[in-house]
Amino acid sequence: MADAEDQVIVGLEVHCQLDTKSKLFCGCDTDYRSDGPNTHVCPICLGLPGAMPSLNKKAIEYAMRVAKALNCTVIHESEFSRKNYFYPDLDKAYQITQYDKPLAEGGYLEIESDEGGERKIRLTRIHVEEDPGRLVHMGNVERGKYSLVDYNRAGIPLIEIVSEPDMRSPKEARKFLNKLRATLEYLSVFDSEKEGSLRVDANISIKGNERVEVKNITSYKGVEKALLFEVTRQKNLIRRGQRIERETRHYLEARGVTQSARSKEMENDYRYFPEPDLRPLRVKSWVEGIVLPELPDARRERFIAEYGCSLNHARTLTGELKLANFFEKVVASDPKGLSPLAATWIADTLIGELNYRDMDLDPVDPESFTELVRVLKAGTITDKSGVDVLRVMLDQRLKNETRETPAGIVARLNLAKTDGDTGAITAAIEEAINENLKALEDYRAGKGGALNFLVGQVMKKTRGKADPAELNRMLTDALKKREA
Amino acid sequence: MAERSILFEPDDKYNAFLRVCNKPSYTEGKLAGVAVAVKDNISTRGIETTCASRILKGYVPPYDARAVELLRNAGAAIAGKTNMDEFGMGTTTENSAFGPTLNPCDTGRVPGGSSGGSAAAIAGGMVQMALGTDTGGSIRCPAAFCGIVGLKPSYGRVSRYGLIAYANSLEQIGPMGKSVSDVSTLMEVIAGHDRHDSTTHDRPYTHTPHADIKGLKIGIPQEYFGEGVDPAVADVVKKAIGRLEELGTTTVPCNIPSMKYALAAYYVTCTCEASSNLARFDGVRYGPAADTKRSWHEAYQEVRSAAFGTEVRRRIMLGTFALSSGYYGKYYAKAQVTRENIKADFNRIFKDVDVIAGPTMPTIAFKMKEKSDPLSMYLADILTVPANLAGIPAISVPCGKSEGMPVGLQIMGRMFEDERIVDVAYAYEQAVN
Ligand SMILES: [Zn+2]
Repeated sequence: MADAEDQVIVGLEVHCQLDTKSKLFCGCDTDYRSDGPNTHVCPICLGLPGAMPSLNKKAIEYAMRVAKALNCTVIHESEFSRKNYFYPDLDKAYQITQYDKPLAEGGYLEIESDEGGERKIRLTRIHVEEDPGRLVHMGNVERGKYSLVDYNRAGIPLIEIVSEPDMRSPKEARKFLNKLRATLEYLSVFDSEKEGSLRVDANISIKGNERVEVKNITSYKGVEKALLFEVTRQKNLIRRGQRIERETRHYLEARGVTQSARSKEMENDYRYFPEPDLRPLRVKSWVEGIVLPELPDARRERFIAEYGCSLNHARTLTGELKLANFFEKVVASDPKGLSPLAATWIADTLIGELNYRDMDLDPVDPESFTELVRVLKAGTITDKSGVDVLRVMLDQRLKNETRETPAGIVARLNLAKTDGDTGAITAAIEEAINENLKALEDYRAGKGGALNFLVGQVMKKTRGKADPAELNRMLTDALKKREA
Repeated sequence: MAERSILFEPDDKYNAFLRVCNKPSYTEGKLAGVAVAVKDNISTRGIETTCASRILKGYVPPYDARAVELLRNAGAAIAGKTNMDEFGMGTTTENSAFGPTLNPCDTGRVPGGSSGGSAAAIAGGMVQMALGTDTGGSIRCPAAFCGIVGLKPSYGRVSRYGLIAYANSLEQIGPMGKSVSDVSTLMEVIAGHDRHDSTTHDRPYTHTPHADIKGLKIGIPQEYFGEGVDPAVADVVKKAIGRLEELGTTTVPCNIPSMKYALAAYYVTCTCEASSNLARFDGVRYGPAADTKRSWHEAYQEVRSAAFGTEVRRRIMLGTFALSSGYYGKYYAKAQVTRENIKADFNRIFKDVDVIAGPTMPTIAFKMKEKSDPLSMYLADILTVPANLAGIPAISVPCGKSEGMPVGLQIMGRMFEDERIVDVAYAYEQAVN
């Protein structure tokens, strides 16, 4: 694929917190989010004079799992370095990171390209480093009276995954992140739901122009938004014949815009040198012993082969660990019988309804969902009623109300299909036509919309219980009768 | 375990102590009730620890350095914190923010540094033993100048956890004492692997010094008796080596060609590491509070300019420069190559000899304020820095006097053969006493 004249070029640097029990260089508990400031600290992560780091092997193992899963070459002897800079949240005034000898190099991640196929995004490197603390500004940054430092986060293990500039649109960048998140979750090394567990810096340019670094993106959606903003900004500049400055910009999440960082702030010379308090990291035999679990691509292929899912459904279902597990639980009792219907109802309907409610999958128990699928499969309610039942189920969970079973909801709302009860439908049809004689005229005049309108009216009267195909047939018959 | 305490009220005429603990408690153990002084760059729980710097005034560590913890476990009574050159940067203990320490052998002279307070506390008869730290000679130099014994252990034999870092890749905590036996006993207590210091090795020290060194081969590097070494000092040391020969050893002349780059490699390495280690002292968490009406960058600058001494500021600036973009390869990386060359030189020599002997310092203790320019001060470290650059053990034992001042005999050994150099020092000490 040859790049177009104004091709967008994106590379990402993704920082992910590894979900270890203790911090990278000390024994402090990493589960700090619900506790008060500076409660998960010790001489090491406070950077007290004389304290020394000792490496958490689990973090290295997690990082190597990621490296292997992303097809990287794990370097048998890597090294930690100090990145020196002053910032009030940095306890030692240097960050222990990896510089010229990172844990892993090369590798790639496959994403669905905008054209539909798979596309390899090459990776440059993966390295391990410690998270700094956090500043809490009292008031706002500019006019606040003072800032406080919380070191609970200091020393949380991070991996930085650096990609090559291989992405060609903000959408691809989002897909890369989603795929990366899924992969990390499958590896059980990352919890995407923890606030601040992922941070992204993005490099973006328009072909033939200088590149801009956008820092400080802290959400998945933010990446696409920030990049879309940049694409528009940069293309507008080019259109007006202006030059694009090579610069660093901050993403302001609340306003959805990027803003040039004051240049002085970025004039850092980090004075890297090898961390003298840690020995070189030798992992040769260790990395060989690491066994990976099933990853998203393999699971996607399995869903197609084992459950007969379509490629799109399989992609959606395996794109999130929780969702894939949910699907397999839902169909476990009868994979052959339930899979096709379950795949559609989860990938298409459930996700849409959850997103609409900004709701998490967790409260939805697979058992209830299986029951819903069984009711649908039995054909006793229409698809439309199925959606109604699901909505009731979700709302009850969202509002923490007593949960009814799908069958219970069907009974209470009297949603059972009116199969055989053609009398009720016939009556509703007659009523609908009589109330809308104009529609009858339109139908006679050959206006296609009239039939759909009347179907809607009858549906309303039967509260969705009529089978749409059946209703269509009966309504057409009734209209024809009137014509005669 | 019953906890008791001793009464410790020394007449500190030499400004050896920055803080004295008058009633230190102690428990049972190898050092039960022995008063041990601790250099002020080693963290002591509940006892102010300043590195003799204004920037750490008021800092009370909430934890003990591993070496101090081991001392306490062995029953020692922590007698107080001893004076030093600020952050260990100096060879005279004149660079202390809290006034210089005087040499008990001649109060008009310096005690050497940077562990001058520990050496003076022992030489002045206030304590029997003390902890020092040695980055480029900071235990051995004051030991030589004050006429006591001091050991710089092999790198990785004593935990540095809790030692407020000056130059991590060079320094070790080590024992200082009146006699070789004291030093050996203290070494036994503090040595060993520590999971909090990844650079330690599982090499515990369980050794009783013995004086039989018959058949030992001693290398005599020509560079240790060459230019810059006071001939009178060289004579005293040569006589001492003669005594070792009388004990049945043989001497072999040798060369350390890489030594001409040793000082440069040493000062590049230690200033680079120091510039990073000392960056955390910014007036926010330690030291005099920053003026919060200023932006934090300016506040840092003011605090650091005011609270660090001249020598510390000089070394921070040198190190910052040497690590800056484009200079790393020229300085720090090159210094590490030199270190490898020095190691290779020592390895070659140690194929033929068991230990290497020479003077500890090129001169006797300087007069107060005699070394006013930094360069001549740096040159005084020439005979001690090679052991730090190579990581090998080295001990200084008193071997006579010149102009009435003590002279130190330095014995260096193979990596992790601290026991052997202790034996040689012990044999010499026994022979002359
Ligand atoms: Zn900690």
